[in-house]
Formats: sequence, C-alpha cells, structure tokens
Amino acid sequence: MAKEVSPGVLALRKVVEDVYADARVAKKEGKLVGWSSSKFPCELAEAFGLNVMYPENQAAGIAANRDGEIMCKAAEELGYDNDICGYARISLAYAAGKRASRKFDPETLEYVINPASGRPLKDADGKVVIDPETGKPKKDPKTMQPYTVLDDIYEIEALPETTEKEIAYKNFRREAIKPYRQMRMPQPDFVLCCNNICNCMTKWYENIARMCNVPLIMIDIPYNNTVEVHDSNVAYVRGQFDLAIKQLEELTGKKFDEEKFNEACKNANRTASAWLRVCDYLQYKPAPYSGFDLFNHMADVVTARGRVQAAEAFELLEKDLAEAVKVGKTTTPFPEKYRVMFEGIPCWPKLPNLFKPLKEHGVNVTAVVYAPAFGFVYNNMDEMVRAYYKAPNSVCIEQGVSWREGICKDNKVDGVLVHYNRSCKPWSGYMAEMQRRFTEDLGIPCAGFDGDQADPRNFNEAQYETRVQGLVEAMEANAENKEG
Amino acid sequence: MSMEVLLKEFAEISEHPHRQIQAFKAEGKKVVGVLPYYAPEELVYAAGMVPMGIWGSNKKTISMAKEYCATFYCTIAQLALEMLLDGTLDDLDGLITPTICDTLRPMSQNFRVAMKDKLPCIFLAHPQQRKPAFGLQFTMDQYQHVKGELEKISGNTITDEALRTAIKVYNRNRAARREFVKLAGEHPDVISAVSRSAVLRSAYFMIKDDHTAKLEALNAELKALPHCDWKGKKIVTSGIICDNPKLLQIFDDNKIAIAADDVAHESRMIRVDAAETGDPMMALAQQFADQDYDVLLYDENSMQNRRADFVVKMVKDSGAQGLVLFMQQFCDPEEMEYPYFKKALDAAGIPHIKLGVDQQMRDFGQASTAIQAFADVL
Repeated sequence: MAKEVSPGVLALRKVVEDVYADARVAKKEGKLVGWSSSKFPCELAEAFGLNVMYPENQAAGIAANRDGEIMCKAAEELGYDNDICGYARISLAYAAGKRASRKFDPETLEYVINPASGRPLKDADGKVVIDPETGKPKKDPKTMQPYTVLDDIYEIEALPETTEKEIAYKNFRREAIKPYRQMRMPQPDFVLCCNNICNCMTKWYENIARMCNVPLIMIDIPYNNTVEVHDSNVAYVRGQFDLAIKQLEELTGKKFDEEKFNEACKNANRTASAWLRVCDYLQYKPAPYSGFDLFNHMADVVTARGRVQAAEAFELLEKDLAEAVKVGKTTTPFPEKYRVMFEGIPCWPKLPNLFKPLKEHGVNVTAVVYAPAFGFVYNNMDEMVRAYYKAPNSVCIEQGVSWREGICKDNKVDGVLVHYNRSCKPWSGYMAEMQRRFTEDLGIPCAGFDGDQADPRNFNEAQYETRVQGLVEAMEANAENKEG
Repeated sequence: MSMEVLLKEFAEISEHPHRQIQAFKAEGKKVVGVLPYYAPEELVYAAGMVPMGIWGSNKKTISMAKEYCATFYCTIAQLALEMLLDGTLDDLDGLITPTICDTLRPMSQNFRVAMKDKLPCIFLAHPQQRKPAFGLQFTMDQYQHVKGELEKISGNTITDEALRTAIKVYNRNRAARREFVKLAGEHPDVISAVSRSAVLRSAYFMIKDDHTAKLEALNAELKALPHCDWKGKKIVTSGIICDNPKLLQIFDDNKIAIAADDVAHESRMIRVDAAETGDPMMALAQQFADQDYDVLLYDENSMQNRRADFVVKMVKDSGAQGLVLFMQQFCDPEEMEYPYFKKALDAAGIPHIKLGVDQQMRDFGQASTAIQAFADVL
C-alpha cells in the first residue's frame, strides 16, 4: 500500500517543483536565472523578482537520486580533488555541463536497460514473484531503468544538425538526460554566494563564476567567536547588503523594489516561524513524524522561504500535524522506542541504509540541527543581518552546543547520532568536543559514524550499523539506570 | 660572518623553535604563538612581545589532537593543537587563532576549549570583502580586538608610535626576505633548497630585527657573488608549506633549484608591506586589503583566472622551466583552485607536478621518484 501523504507534504512538494519549473520557464523566456548558496539572504533577490536556484538543494537531490557518485567522479575528472565537499563537486561538474544521462543505442535511439535495476515484481497479494527458471525474484519491468552514463550539454550542443538522422540523434541525446528536476536545472546567468555556512562556498562560487563567465555577488560572513553578533560584524554585513543591492540593480537594470523586498521579508519570516512550529511537533511523544521527513522539507526553506506559498504549505503541514497528534497518528513506520538527535547533514545517497537500523531498533529521529539553523526570524534589516550571521557553521561552540542541547531537551532525546561528514570540515570540526558536552550536560550517550552528504563512497554501512547498535545499547543501559 | 656560518645559524634556529622560545623566556620576554594566516604580527611586536609562528611540525605525530579532530583535517592545524596539548608550547603566553579557512574555523574553537585556563587564545576573523571601506573598517575592528587582548597579556599599551616602529621593522624584514628569495633563485649553487627553506622558516622563530640583520648580511654576500651558470633545472614551488628538509633534499639531490615560490608559508606572506605613515591600524588593514593572488582570499574579479595567471607570470619571469605544487592534504582552498591553476599552466606550456604532502609524511620514496621523473622532462 502506498504511503499516505498529507496535504501539507503535497503542498510542500509542489512549492519546490514550482521553483524549479518557474526557473526553467524564465530561462526559456530569456530572463535571468541565478544560482545561490542556501543561506544567502534570498530576500534581496526576491526584491528584484529574480529566479534563483540552489545548488546545495540540487546536489542533495542528485545524491538522493543516486547520481552523486557519477557527478563527483566527473568533477574529479575536471581536477577537483575527491576530498572536496561532495555538494561542491556535484555542482561544479553540473556547472561545467556534465549531466547524468540514460544510455541509449545511437542507431535505434532506444534506451539500453540495466538488468540489475528495478524492484521485484509483486503479485496481487503483494508477494514477490519468483522466476521458476532462476529461482530468483522477477523484476517489475516498469521499474527497470537504463544504464546511467555521463553526458555533457556543451558537447551535445556542438553536435551537427544537418541531416534528419543527426537532428533526431541530437534531440534524443538531449532528452536522455535524466528527467528529474535537479538534473534539468538551468545554467546560471549570475551567482549569489554567502559563506556563512563555509568558506568552501567562496571558492565554489568563484569557480562557477569563472566556468560560466557570470557575475558573482558575494556576502561574506566571517566566523564568529561569541554568542552575540557584535555591531561591528553587523555593520560589515550591512555594508555588503548595500553593495549587493547596487550590484543587483546593475545586473537587472531595475531599481531595488522596497515593497517587494518587504513582502519577501514578511514571507521569509512567516515561513521560518511556520517551519519552527512544524519542527516543534517533534517534541510530542511519540512524535507525529520522523526527523527524516524534516530533511525532505528543508528543500522548501532553502528554495522558497521568501515565497508566500512556502509559508502557506508549512502552515498546512502544521494543521496536518495538529490533527495527527489529536488522533495519535504518526508517519514513523515503527513504534518509537528511543528518540535521538541526528547531528549533521544526512547521507543523501544512503537514506534507506541510514533508516534501516534505526527502524530495526525503534529509534526515531526527533531532533535535527536544521530546525534552529533555518529559523531566520527578524524585524528589521539589522536583525536580518544578525539572523543570517547565525548559520550552523558560523557560530561559536557555545552557541552550537546551546542550539543542540535546547532541541535535545525540548524534543526529549535519549541519545545523539553524530555524522562525521567527510564533505563538511567546518561542521565536523568541533563535533568531538560537542559530543563530550552533550554527554556531560545532558547525561545522554552519543555515537559517531563516518559518512558523506553526497558521495556514497565515503559511507561504511557496517560501521554505521555497529555504531547505531552501540548507541542503542547505551540508551538501553541509561534507561535501566533511570528506572533504578 | 661568512655565508656558511650564517646559513648554519638559520638552519639551527629553523630546526629548533622550542629552543628559541626557551631563550626568549629566559630573557624575560613574553611569547605569543601565531597561527596561519595573515595575523598582524606587528601588533605582537609593538606590545613588546615575541611572535612565534606555528605552522605545524615535521617531527610530531598526531595523537592527543585526535580527541578533537576527525582524520580529515589538515595536519598543520592538527599538529599545532598536538603541540599545545603535549606541552611543547607550554611556554607560550598567548595564541592568535585566525579563521580564514574551513579547518581553522572550528579549530579556533578547539584551541580555545583545549587551552581553557591555560593559555589566552585571541580570536581573529578576517573579512573576505577586504577592499571596500566597510571591509577595511571590519579588519580594523578585528585588529583592535587583537590589540586589546595583546595589551592584556603584555601589560603594555600599544602606542601608535610603537606600532609604526613595528611596521618599519616588519617591512624591512619582508623586503630582506623578498630580496633573499630572488638571490637564492639566482645562486642555487650556494643556496640549496634545504638552506633556502631554513632561512625563510627561521623568520617565524626570530625577533625580526635579528632575522633582518643576519639576512641582510647574507644577501650582501650573495649579491657579491659572480653570476651563477646553473647547469641543473629551475622550478617554482607552490602550495601552503614545503619546509621539510628531507623532502627538499630530493630537489638538491636532483639539481633542481627553486627560482621563486608561490608558497603560503614563504612568499605569499611577504608580498605586501604596510604604510609607514598615517594611522598604523589603518595601514595594517590596508595591507591585508592589498593581499592578492592567494587561494585563501576572495577575488572580486573571480570571472578571470588572476591568481593562476599571476603564478604563470612568476614562472616565466623567474626563468623556471616548471612548477612543483605541494598539495597539502585536506586543504580545500588549494584543491578548489587546482583545476584552473592547471589550466593556466597547461595553456602557458609550463609543465608541473602535483605532490600530495602532509606533515606526518616520513617516507619520501614516492615523492623522490616523481621529482626525478619530473626533472627528466624539464
């Protein structure tokens, strides 16, 4: 039976689909399309009515669609080291024109199906059909896919198109590029970079600017060593906002539209507030959904927080959750025995593998750091600067610990699962100390595992399962001790 | 003093930073550790203290730092922490922790946490938008904070006059080092790659007046030498750091001279001087704003390939036949700029090799083979 999807979740999915679709239309109409880092103040671009795409969201999507490895390898072929952030590698390969595509026969223009792909065929009773010849489950032909190959849009565009055969081949090759939205994102006409998350972002966007020969608008947020954001830091970033507005005016030939800006701010605040309230539903015991679902909804906060539709969709989801709590329903497909905080970005290519041992042990993720990390709420421009100053990797350890311990307490977690993410040095760089503090301050066990947000080669399933097992045993022992 | 004696002294100091700290302390001086990159050492000097550059170590092994770091972090930062934890740097009176790369960001927190109650850590965040007025102001604000913290440690007020003097001392030292880099490139017959590194590295462990005095004497000797008709090869080095004598010995063994460098630990840090007149804090902020062609810094003209073009020109101007890139393991900024660096080098017909390095390397067999093979194609 298909999983029931609530109206709020459907609305959230549509919002992101629309963001991508609008950008594709804009590009076709010859309008500017930009690429932006996820925590660039989107309100500035919204004030100019610009269509903006988000490479981090795109990379996560590509990774979740199992094309992280082929794109990462494509970037490595271009000379980018395999130690560089997986999102950056995927994005740089994409900016260079590389695409995950479907293999086809150039003569017949038919896809070449990969026999290893596809899900098992099930009969009317939902039982797996066994092939009598091989003794193995039969594949459902509808779910079988062509082999994945790497292609290059610039190579395709350079192909001749004189004969009918050439035209047909060229068109087919264009269409063979995988049809999901993240693989069909328009190339950028400008880039917006805010390095509050990491400095890798600075070099990543400089590379895109160079590769695509497009202007770069930069908001630099230096790392902060105190919980408070000092006036000096605010003045520095305010100066950059003013410069960015000037640059956007030059880029678009339009004047800064204060009304549109205020509208975007209003929407962004409304989205952030609704997002935070949705996150707070994880405080219920049992939680009406899993923190893994929040990871999916992040796409909306990243790509559309300045749009009213995102705010409305989160508000709708909020209603769904209120109802779920009222009737005692949850989307978590197992009884919740333990509650944990998942620290870090998930391993997108390995979501099912991450989920499997958690499900086995009844571990629900009821806290994720993204909850406070995207809750940008502000009342004026200076507060907006302060809000953008506080991204996960731009804050000092005290602020980082306080955020996390806050949600650990509010969301009543029994343990913490820490992702040591090969792609994210600033994030993983002080996790060992944080783990010590969680245990000391909250009396809860922590377990770390090695993984990667986008490159499946850096995830070790056996190690992960062992660590989850260890965490469960520690949580069990903790619970027994409490019971006395 | 003869050239031989001078080079020996530089080598001794370069190999024994700890001995230097002990000597400064014995003289009653306070010593402040300075981590990479771009910390305004002039402020430490102006406060009457000795700045001690901490760029990791070629002799230590990461052990205690593992309590704080996962494996995938640059060894320079990890070994700095190791030395803070294992007692090597116990004599320090303070530590300046810049945060311009993604490893140094969280490491600034680890340093502070690990050194709690033991050593004051002075936080420094440089702006990337360093040229506009608001960027200059932010650098000044940050330096003002550093100044205040240094005053607390030293007990001295840093006057504008003292700071101007410090700037002059540092400008003179930078000029001497730049001159030396040029002369060393011209006289590889007497300045080996190993000696060249020791001279430049020792600057981080000496009071700059002393380093300048010795270096100017050495430069004078080098200038007096006749033209060198070098029969070996010449290259430009690039990367974050290449100060391991064992690694550099391979270059000497293969008669490969270093004509110039684009190395952070060497020339990248001494390219720009500060103004000796006017507001000295502004002079330091402007000096940082004028830093350029560095993988660590934001380039306002990022559509162009300016940094790579700059190094290509350096290779051509220096008369080098190729470039050796010491790729510091886990260094994102270096790795991110490599494809466009390579593109520019290839376009200019400059052969290069990329050698993966880290400070825990003890076996240079592979590097030796690669360097020998490279020398053959030059």
